[in-house]
Amino acid sequence: MTAINLGFPSVACPVVELDAHVDLSVDVADGVSALNDADRKAELHTLEMKAIREGTVASVHSWELVTAVDGPGTRMTLFLSGCLLRCQYCHNPDTWKMRDGLVTPIDELTARMKRYLGVFKATNGGLTISGGEPLMQPAFVKRMFAEAHALGVHTTLDTSGYLGKSASDELLDNVDLVLLDVKSGLPETYKKVTGRELAPTIAFGDRLAERNIPVWVRFVLVPGLTDAVENVEAVVDIVTSWPNVQRVEVLPFHQMGEDKWDRLSIPYPLHGVHPPENDLLARVRGQFEARGLTVF
Amino acid sequence: MTVTDGIRSDQRGLAEPGQAEFVAGPWQDSINLRDFIQRNYTPYTGDASFLEGATERTTGIWAKLSAMFPVEREKGVYDIDATTPSSITAHKPGYIDKDNEVIVGLQTDAPLKRAIMPFGGWRMVATSLETYGYPVSPELETIFTDYRKTHNTAVFDVYPPGVRRARSSHLITGLPDAYGRGRIIGDYRRVALYGIDALVAGKKNDRAELDMEPSTEDIIRAREENSEQIRALKELAQMAASYGSDITKPATTAREAVQWLYFAYLGAVKEQNGAAMSFGRNAAFLDAFIERDLKAGTLTESGAQELIDDLVIKLRIVRFLRTPEYDEIFAGDPTWVTESLAGIGEDGRPLVTKTAFRFLQTLYNVGPAPEPNLTVLWSDKLPEGFKRFCAQVSIDTSAIQYESDDLIRNEMGDDAAIACCVSPMRVGKQMQFFGARVNAVKALLYSINGGKDEVSGKQIAPATAPNTDEILDYETVFPAYLETLEWLAETYVTALNCIHYMHDKYAYERLEMALHDKEIIRTLACGIAGLSVVADSLSAIKYATVRPVRDETGLVVDYTVEGEFPTFGNDDDRVDVIAVDVMERFMTMIRKHPTYRDAIHTQSILTITSNVVYGKATGNTPDGRRKGEPFAPGANPMNGRDTHGMLASALSVAKLPYSEAQDGISLTNTVVPSGLGHTKDEQITSLVGLLDAFTSATGYHLNVNVLNKETLEDAMLHPENYPQLTIRVSGYAVNFVRLTREQQMDVISRTFHSH
Repeated sequence: MTAINLGFPSVACPVVELDAHVDLSVDVADGVSALNDADRKAELHTLEMKAIREGTVASVHSWELVTAVDGPGTRMTLFLSGCLLRCQYCHNPDTWKMRDGLVTPIDELTARMKRYLGVFKATNGGLTISGGEPLMQPAFVKRMFAEAHALGVHTTLDTSGYLGKSASDELLDNVDLVLLDVKSGLPETYKKVTGRELAPTIAFGDRLAERNIPVWVRFVLVPGLTDAVENVEAVVDIVTSWPNVQRVEVLPFHQMGEDKWDRLSIPYPLHGVHPPENDLLARVRGQFEARGLTVF
Repeated sequence: MTVTDGIRSDQRGLAEPGQAEFVAGPWQDSINLRDFIQRNYTPYTGDASFLEGATERTTGIWAKLSAMFPVEREKGVYDIDATTPSSITAHKPGYIDKDNEVIVGLQTDAPLKRAIMPFGGWRMVATSLETYGYPVSPELETIFTDYRKTHNTAVFDVYPPGVRRARSSHLITGLPDAYGRGRIIGDYRRVALYGIDALVAGKKNDRAELDMEPSTEDIIRAREENSEQIRALKELAQMAASYGSDITKPATTAREAVQWLYFAYLGAVKEQNGAAMSFGRNAAFLDAFIERDLKAGTLTESGAQELIDDLVIKLRIVRFLRTPEYDEIFAGDPTWVTESLAGIGEDGRPLVTKTAFRFLQTLYNVGPAPEPNLTVLWSDKLPEGFKRFCAQVSIDTSAIQYESDDLIRNEMGDDAAIACCVSPMRVGKQMQFFGARVNAVKALLYSINGGKDEVSGKQIAPATAPNTDEILDYETVFPAYLETLEWLAETYVTALNCIHYMHDKYAYERLEMALHDKEIIRTLACGIAGLSVVADSLSAIKYATVRPVRDETGLVVDYTVEGEFPTFGNDDDRVDVIAVDVMERFMTMIRKHPTYRDAIHTQSILTITSNVVYGKATGNTPDGRRKGEPFAPGANPMNGRDTHGMLASALSVAKLPYSEAQDGISLTNTVVPSGLGHTKDEQITSLVGLLDAFTSATGYHLNVNVLNKETLEDAMLHPENYPQLTIRVSGYAVNFVRLTREQQMDVISRTFHSH
């Protein structure tokens, strides 16, 4: 989930995966049967990547039926694998690498989505594609959202906006809501937090504003990292320039992700950092509210 | 004959000028509560804004009791009358605060003082008295051991050895062979609508019919029961008279309707220490009286709320004397005073009345509490205002449970109520022979070990060839399991037939049955515990590599699991079908065996809190569960294995077909408040949506807790700060601080869904 720390244990599921795993070795076996093992593996990988580029399959971390978190109502949220950002507070570092995901055909995912049409109707929910960074796999996202819309299902894209350029106009035609992470307002802080540039996110936000696609902005408050008054004020400046923003969620940082960093043997930069005190949270929320934004 | 002479308009309407009369109908010619309700209730489709808070009077009474609760919690009981075997009339009238109570009546002569009810079994009484430091009367001991045979003694006279073995090895436990079976709902409304005289006249009519039949064993029994019923009704009138009420005639006001109804229920709980003493479906009935008095100007909304508040206070302090072993199975001193609210009528009108709101409002007026077990019969067609109020109350108190109104109505019409946790029955027309449950997990382990117990090594089930494979093969394990289940089903039905034959004979529920029709439907309520462990274990054997670990005697005592396998609770058909298959097959096996009094076979997927003791008695399982670890409660997925969200977990459970578990399928879920949304309004909308989605997917039952884990942890450390913290466990609610430490840990280890 685009490196958003919701304060909850990770959704990753070690035991349960999608019902039937695609076995590309069967599909493509004819074409590569003559190859030796190493070549065969490489060839398979190439074929997988081709399928991902075309969007007929996705590299999926997991799925979950969530309520009131990733958009309105109860949602089937697909967490895709792969992200270019390396946010210090990421609580799902296991979604960083696309190759760690389970390659899953789109038919299987749409079949699952169809299962939940009744749920979406009862709860005014829908489909959310999150990650990782879903725009690492834009062809799939485009197809999946088109399928959703064909079924009358509300769609939500949960993204950092860093790869906003990869989202074609056709993709955005089928997006009803964007959960946009603005991880920092000052370019240098953004870089410190994520390892990447802020500008693409602003550009993507501007584009969403032009197209008048509703946006919920998310900002993770990490003491000592993102909490500077100027940094928050810069986020507020950016967000207030977008009239399509319906709400801002200020998410207090929690230490729930540390286990996963440890398990993956990645040094955890925020070890020992405490969640924000209520005073700080109130100050930051106040900064957004002072400019007329609806804040949670 | 006409049973309602006393309430014809020419008599009452004239006596109380200005009162709108009830709409006439067939209910006046024979006992027909449903007809009365349908003709006289006022559906309410608005919101909760009309409700009134607690009056000073109400708060005062509750404060008096609240001051007594800490002592009760500390000692286990507040007080016991150790020398008076309870009956409908055994105890003098008792009061909490005589001058201020609007509804009166206690089980004994003082609040929270427990009675002894030795007809079920003397041992339970004696053990309880010893546990709580009360003297055991030698005279009573002689009477109930030497002179008067009890239900408990009688059952053990007739149990065959197979039943005894299955019982002592914890393969079948919780059987009502030493305590009252309960789960019978008297139609207590009848006393309010018709009065005792009319009910006695009706029973005498039944008797006249029975007297014309040839004197076969069945008819003789029916005549004796009929005589007992009439006797009980007359005693009930005496008991009410001791409180200054003449209930021989129908209730004429809302207050009398509530009071007569309560007297009828009180008579039942004075005499029967049933496991579940449920209350029925009374809100719409009472509402007809309340609406009439409100219209006539003889009652205010605040007065109406006081009546319900006072009734609920009385229902909250129903107490039985029970042993610590009993409390392990039914933790937290539950009485299951279940009141079923709302639902949709067969004609499509909602059975939601203002009084349904008033019952829920008691959770604010006198704070959250586990009893009465408020149960909402949920349908997506319920009025929005009511749905939202239910969700709000759930979020604020975690005190209510939901059952699918559509499933229940389709099967038994719109005047059915829940007994205990999840067992539906037509009020006054149906009762059940409660059968606790079998340990389906242990049965699986027995089938692998050739019928031997995995803990003791004793031969319990008939000897079969033990599994000798290095790697367990589903195609070998599953047929062997079915063979063990066949034997278990037969043994189980045998046990239940023995129990209920003797319960009818030695501890007959004469008052509750007096408030039933002459011809009734009986069900034999069987049950399964540990279904999710069975499903996961079989899934592991099917989809992963499971190697049995044998001890020196060759007994399989553990399993190693390599590889991944799908687990129940993730809306994953690969494993969910296993759970469905096992429950369907077991139901089919149960149905093969004849039942006492031709009861209809049913089963439940419900554990109460026995999931802890069942787990304690069960060895390591092929799903990786360790020896002694609790099972999941009811039909719940195992803790922590349902990782795809609360609704995905619920949808797995919703696949279990109600047609094969007509005694109910229990699911308990806990969600943290923020997991439902940012604002209260958002949280309410989310919960309403989840309930609609679950019941629309044929989900049967949902206990909803909206709680943070930290709250529970803090309550374990500082119980004194949480006297009313209520949490739903498995089909009922408990005061969290009254659970044992072990049970508290079990609750805390369950999945808390964060979104």
